[in-house]
Amino acid sequence: MKIEEISEKIEGKVVCGEHRLGEEITCGFSSDLMSDVLTTGSEKLILITGLSNVQLIRTAEMSDISYIVMARGKKVSDEMLNLARENDMVLIETSYSMFRTSGVLFSAGIQPLF
Amino acid sequence: MEFEFEVQGGDFSNAGQASSRIKKILKQLNVDPKTIKRTVVALYEGEVNIVAHAWKGKIKVDIETEKIKARLSDEGPGIANIDQAMRDGYSTASEEVREMGFGAGMGLSNMKKNSDEMEIHSEVSQGTTVMIVNYL
Repeated sequence: MKIEEISEKIEGKVVCGEHRLGEEITCGFSSDLMSDVLTTGSEKLILITGLSNVQLIRTAEMSDISYIVMARGKKVSDEMLNLARENDMVLIETSYSMFRTSGVLFSAGIQPLF
Repeated sequence: MEFEFEVQGGDFSNAGQASSRIKKILKQLNVDPKTIKRTVVALYEGEVNIVAHAWKGKIKVDIETEKIKARLSDEGPGIANIDQAMRDGYSTASEEVREMGFGAGMGLSNMKKNSDEMEIHSEVSQGTTVMIVNYL
């Protein structure tokens, strides 16, 4: 599924990486644990998280994750935005909870990583 | 090739900078992506450990033709029981660190899983040194 469709389905707002909206995602992973995120990694993976801090972006960088959804109305700070831009990532903010975001995307055919 | 980085305890804004630099260098050297991933995940967990637990530390990375060696040494509280610290789920991280998504007690075991060789030496109230080796 294209990033653009994902963002629409969760009523998201793309705050970084608008030029990558046409890229395809096949699987998803939801977590608030950075060490858990570090055990994942796939170029086609979207990370759904309730966290919003600069370490989230660093952790994604280390895990080769380029697409992140920040659930439950979490806002992206300028520091996060700068680091995300440097790493050419896509950041999406949504007011949906992690559970709802995961559910919507799962129902739409996004595969679980594990 | 040798690289050395200083790491400040408590400085979460910059935590990961050393690992990020090493990742870029390994990419430039055309190292196999799987080896890059394993190495930087191990380094990053170690770097976050220094920031989360120690007062200050150093990360030294030596890239040779057949292996990558990293030595992460800190001045800090040390680890009283290394076996316990290696166990998944055991953590002494502060509430502040946990709120950032760390402190799940997976750091050291993630380092071990992502390295070919790992050694830890620690002295309580002095500091900890972790050495990892990944073969290319």
